[in-house]
Amino acid sequence: MATSTSSVVTLHINGEKFTLPVDHRTTLLDALRERLTLTGTKKGCDQGQCGACTVLLDGRRTVSCLQLAVAAEGREITTIEGVADGDRLHPVQQAFLDLDGFQCGYCTPGQICSAIGVLREHAEGRPSAVTDDIRPEAGPPPLTPEEIRERMSGNLCRCGAYVAIVDAVAKAAADPRATGAATVSEEDVA
Amino acid sequence: MTTATTPRTGTRAPSVGTARTRVEGREKVTGAARYAGEIPFAGLVHGWLVLSTVAHGRIRALDTEPVLAMPGVLAVLDHRNAPRLNTDFASLLGMRPDPTCAVFQHGRVPHRGWPVALVLAETSEQAREAAESLVVHYEEEPHDTDFGADRPDAYRADGIMPAVTEKGDLEAELAAADVVVDAEYTTPEEHHNPMEPHAATAHWDGDRLEVFDSNQGATWVVGDLANLFSIDPATVRVRSEHVGGGFGSKGVRAHQVAAVMAASVLRRPVRVVMTRRQMFTLIGYRSPTVQRIRLGADADGRIRALEHRSLSATSTVFEFVEPSSGVARVMYDADAHRTENRVVRLDVPSPTFMRAPGEAPGSFALESAMDELAVACGQDPVALRLRNDAERGPVSGLPFASRRLSDCFREGARRFGWADRDPRPGLRRDGRWLLGTGTAAASFPAGVAPSTATVTAHPDGRFTVRIAAADIGTGARTALTLVAADALHADPERIHVRIGDSDFGPAMIAGGSMGTRSWSWAVQTAAQEVRERLALGTDIPAEGITVRANTAEAIGALTPAERHSFGAQFAEVAVDPGTGEVRVRRMLGIFAAGRIVNPLTARNQLLGGMIWGISMALHEEAVRDHASGGLVGADLAGYHVPTHADVPRIEADWIDDPDPNDPVGIKGIGEIGIVGAAAAVANAVWHATGVRHRTLPIRPDRVLSAAAREGAPDA
Repeated sequence: MATSTSSVVTLHINGEKFTLPVDHRTTLLDALRERLTLTGTKKGCDQGQCGACTVLLDGRRTVSCLQLAVAAEGREITTIEGVADGDRLHPVQQAFLDLDGFQCGYCTPGQICSAIGVLREHAEGRPSAVTDDIRPEAGPPPLTPEEIRERMSGNLCRCGAYVAIVDAVAKAAADPRATGAATVSEEDVA
Repeated sequence: MTTATTPRTGTRAPSVGTARTRVEGREKVTGAARYAGEIPFAGLVHGWLVLSTVAHGRIRALDTEPVLAMPGVLAVLDHRNAPRLNTDFASLLGMRPDPTCAVFQHGRVPHRGWPVALVLAETSEQAREAAESLVVHYEEEPHDTDFGADRPDAYRADGIMPAVTEKGDLEAELAAADVVVDAEYTTPEEHHNPMEPHAATAHWDGDRLEVFDSNQGATWVVGDLANLFSIDPATVRVRSEHVGGGFGSKGVRAHQVAAVMAASVLRRPVRVVMTRRQMFTLIGYRSPTVQRIRLGADADGRIRALEHRSLSATSTVFEFVEPSSGVARVMYDADAHRTENRVVRLDVPSPTFMRAPGEAPGSFALESAMDELAVACGQDPVALRLRNDAERGPVSGLPFASRRLSDCFREGARRFGWADRDPRPGLRRDGRWLLGTGTAAASFPAGVAPSTATVTAHPDGRFTVRIAAADIGTGARTALTLVAADALHADPERIHVRIGDSDFGPAMIAGGSMGTRSWSWAVQTAAQEVRERLALGTDIPAEGITVRANTAEAIGALTPAERHSFGAQFAEVAVDPGTGEVRVRRMLGIFAAGRIVNPLTARNQLLGGMIWGISMALHEEAVRDHASGGLVGADLAGYHVPTHADVPRIEADWIDDPDPNDPVGIKGIGEIGIVGAAAAVANAVWHATGVRHRTLPIRPDRVLSAAAREGAPDA
């Protein structure tokens, strides 16, 4: 039941629908963590500065601490719990695991969601601040370590696992499943 | 590189020394790993801390009535109604607790950001709004937060080591020296900022207090909570399955104490999570330092006089000494040798241990001074360090259990391409960038502390290891699995290591680079006895065969020696003289740091330490506003830590150096990576520009103003 301070919303998360009343002040991050026990999405700063709460919103990277839950209604939300294909890890997850792209693991879900977003943005030909040729017809630039570092720079890792994270993203990028699987379909984005 | 020789374990290939992905890795990459603030509880109450907005004074009144009338608010705890705490005890590390964690015991405010109340409500939104609405009236008094070398009220203080060491006639040796370096170095206030904010959920299960917490040692937290609340430690259980980083900050802090207080008052589960901003005043930090170094040397670079003096700050309620001069007591000997740590009390939050306490800032000063000495003597910086490699502890006179510092420098210099280096500064360009290289030495104590562990052999051929260890990102859980596998002559897949639970018995914390070593010793001892019993052909009953080990006696029998890890750091930087920007282009660290248990996670951890060094050199700095007594920009936008784009492909490796007195050969690798790293970067900046930076971080504005002052090459 909606009141002046709360509303009932339906959130589409990892292919499932969740209908729940939420306080209007509730961020998407807190709705995930405290209402839906989807605690894989982490709260590092609650101010949009660290990237630990990164989820995919309609396939795009978003810091969920700066998104109100009521404003996420009707959008496709993908969290770290939804990127694997059942028991089969997403190539980015597998590469993080194999190459030790983390230490304490707290920034990791955000790094992984961000990396999945990066690979998709790159495949779409979107340039970054370090891309030399930014003409639309130039297509995706080579996904160099410099490109990965630039594009991943919204995600802090205080343990300093950056070297392995960049290696992991590069390794996953070579897997054709990395840009397609477990994100949303083209129709959803349109 | 070679790895340590491994004891023979029959025909089975040893597990220690092999690269293993983390045993909890799948949980971490799928989001299944639950951290302290993520354990679900029915009827959970949310607590939100309220911190002081003045830097010094006394609480006159708290307007709690309107807050209590807000939706969902259950209670407000403050110094008028909070349970009384006992603070008269020594904690696991032998220190009294920092009174910052003994919340709501009086109305005095010793610094800005001091906890003054806890607001409890049904939801986090309600708790937060109510906490932000609470009006607190203060009687404000003048405050003093001005740290600097000229403080007349600074005093010598011991902390974790004697304040002063002294031998020889310093002034006479300096006067007799051919070359003298006399310089002052400053490092700023630095904050741990683990990615996971401090969080605890406390609840009473009957007469048992359960705390789910993010900490570096369950034994430590249980002991402190039991003492603070005057309850039997056996009635307290602390669990911390996964910990999102610590770096020295995750001991007993205001959040656990406040949560336990509230759970006791409300008799409901209570969660208290710090905000990122609150962490800047509640969890400790690394004090700023001012250090003065005087080196006197013969023309060939042999040091005959060495003085290292350090001043740090602490709060008015707790004496914590940043022991920066301690590194000189290990690194270099001299006929006259003097070191001193002093501290000054200010109206600031209490500092604490932060990754390589003492060594991190101390090595910046000492290894920068060594670079200055190399320049002054016309010596190569690597050769200067090889010439002054100590044979015995400069202060203790004790032999080194092992000291492969020179081997680290030789190996590092070879791999870095140091031999081709032109020592003259300000000569190399790549477009608009000036290029330079620098080096520095690293050391960190190799300590060990008593721990207990149990190992159980099950009838199905599996084993369970239980130890109150904490994996704060170090890979301890995986390392202990490998250690147990070798001691049991079993495959790691058959071993289940359980950690992060105080019910497993007393154990060392994850700190001082001592965690994995201390825990491994206990696990290895218990596992070995299990294997010996199984070798007798004993039938294993359904409940298994369990052996408990306690390493106190074995550790007490260690003979006195200088026990340390060593390393050599190399860095190449590019400096833009037009903007003052400094970029690290490559970095190499070679370490002699004991037997490496898991090369995969060890490399990651050493690299993480080196990245902390880059951060210290170029990024990190908490800026205090002396008008308010608080920090400016106390968050991750205002306080800079490196991100992906700041970190190039850097390398860490090691040479064979098993500790001769450790059953597994471990020394500990959590901190050595940061030591000397900032100095290597700063020395490379000198080589690039010809300008010496003695103040960290080396910000663009400092590069530009120093270049203007000293006439360095321009854009």
